[in-house]
Amino acid sequence: MLYRVAGQYKTSYKADFALFPVRQDAWLLAFILVLAFVVFPMTASEFVFRTLLIPVLIYSLAALGLNILTGYAGQLSLGTGAFMGVGAYACYKLMTIFPGLNLLAAVLMSGFVSAAIGVAFGLPSLRIKGFYLAIATLAAQFFLVWLFQKWGWLYNYSASGAIQVPNISILGFTFAGPTAPAINQYFFVLCTVTLITFVAINLTRGRIGRQWKAVRDMDIAAELVGINLMKAKLLAFFVSSYIIGVAGALFVFLWRGAAEANLFDIPLSFRVLFIAIIGGLGSILGNYLGAILIVALPVIISGVPAALGLPLTPATVDHLNIMIIGALIILFLILEPHGLARLWAVAREKLIIWPFPH
Amino acid sequence: MNAHAAGSQFTAADDDGVAKGDTLLEVKNVSLSFGGVKAITNISFDVKKGEIRAIIGPNGAGKTSMLNVINGFYTPQEGTITFRGQQRRAMKPHHAVRQGIARTFQNVALFKGMTTLDNIMAGRSVHMKSNIGWQMLWHGPALAEEIEHREKVEEIIDFLEIEHIRRTPVGKLPYGLQKRVELGRALAMEPSLLLLDEPMAGMNLEEKEDMSRFIIDVNQQRGTTIALIEHDMGVVMDLSDRVVVLDYGKKIADGAPDEVKNDQSVIDAYLGVAH
Repeated sequence: MLYRVAGQYKTSYKADFALFPVRQDAWLLAFILVLAFVVFPMTASEFVFRTLLIPVLIYSLAALGLNILTGYAGQLSLGTGAFMGVGAYACYKLMTIFPGLNLLAAVLMSGFVSAAIGVAFGLPSLRIKGFYLAIATLAAQFFLVWLFQKWGWLYNYSASGAIQVPNISILGFTFAGPTAPAINQYFFVLCTVTLITFVAINLTRGRIGRQWKAVRDMDIAAELVGINLMKAKLLAFFVSSYIIGVAGALFVFLWRGAAEANLFDIPLSFRVLFIAIIGGLGSILGNYLGAILIVALPVIISGVPAALGLPLTPATVDHLNIMIIGALIILFLILEPHGLARLWAVAREKLIIWPFPH
Repeated sequence: MNAHAAGSQFTAADDDGVAKGDTLLEVKNVSLSFGGVKAITNISFDVKKGEIRAIIGPNGAGKTSMLNVINGFYTPQEGTITFRGQQRRAMKPHHAVRQGIARTFQNVALFKGMTTLDNIMAGRSVHMKSNIGWQMLWHGPALAEEIEHREKVEEIIDFLEIEHIRRTPVGKLPYGLQKRVELGRALAMEPSLLLLDEPMAGMNLEEKEDMSRFIIDVNQQRGTTIALIEHDMGVVMDLSDRVVVLDYGKKIADGAPDEVKNDQSVIDAYLGVAH
């Protein structure tokens, strides 16, 4: 009943190409945007911003970048963490070299550094695919993290080897650094993520997205319909690494506030990969659902038993978290390889025809 | 290849500089081997503009290898391919597509996770040019181009009578329909030469009749030159204007269907001879 599409006729291809051909979807999105832009900022506490809202957005963005490469273009990558690191270090260097630089400009520019490095490490994809490519991107993971540790210039030769985010303000509002209010950071992250999601949706539904999916589904046939495999794959690496780089810059500047090289080590890559898998490969929405699940899970595990009068030690919470996430990944790979996004799609189909079975 | 009258159902790729009846593709003394295995030995034949040319032969005769040579997937060790008056030896498949050669596969090679519509739209990528900047915004030239090509694709969907499966992922479709979608994807490229590798393999009689009708319609209404491989001799004899017969990588006959049918070496190749 809620999702009745009857009577929504489309009389032009333009209308058919609309972002949400079904009106209810547009309402749903409007509702979520109102929630994100109005309701959360008015109600959320500092704790909710820092432990839930901001990390969900940043992890979603990183997963979105990975999803473009793995879910859309079919190129398996395990180097996500390192590419996030490239974005973060690039942003740090940009802000130290040009101290007056607008933070937003720095974040968006640091994506290009990561994109360039992503393309360089994407070159093997022209020759190898599948697990072998995953191993090649793993090389990027180890090499880059090693570089973050060894190349002092990257962290301005600080004694600790870590990068510290200074206070950065735009028009009197502090967005980064120790004194930045969480709500400012939240808005900054939210706007960036919204913008990039919009662009990613458009890219994936048009010519370029079709080319990526064609390469993913059958690369030989893709070549024989006139798709230049090299261009399509490298473009996927470029766009993906750009988004991951921006996510990395936000990760350090708008959330963590400081970072050491090993923050970008392989656990981060896996975390983002898990979000993309649980959320759904080849879907934009899935990244958000996956990130909400992965970020919220530890908060729920520690919060709910405590509220029920059964406080758990932090170590138990950690272990439970790992066990549950592991189980979820196995379950999703077996039962629903297309993840939460597919579950939602199935539910939506059912809602459209409800109360009839067909 | 972009001069098409808007609204006309069939847009022939007739501006390729070759008049009807002239040689569109010429294969001359082509040999192809994989290590010690000689797949094709010294084969020459031509395809004339506007005809349906069949390539037949027993299994392993080198038919599919021949198609792979024509569309640039394999590079022959010897011999030349002349397409639309331009000679070539080595090229990438996507260049062949740009020159106007499209093909379908013996085993359906569709993009399984994509819908019928997206599959056929992917066939149009070679004609789409809008830059990434506009595509990121889904606006202006990118949107206009998307709509323009959607119209072309809808013509093909209409022609092949697959409107009802427009939004279905092709992996879920039955085999006969998948073959039809694959033909649609090849048609979307608006080729001057369409290579069909066993378009009717594994089909029942009714599906074969439908597919034959589509092939004839494509040839007559769009003016597309077709080279096809097929094992169903009834279909080959009825559809094709000329037939070339291969056996063990060598050409053993070439000519009108009736001549070929009565050629002793062809009969021997198919039925076998006592040695």
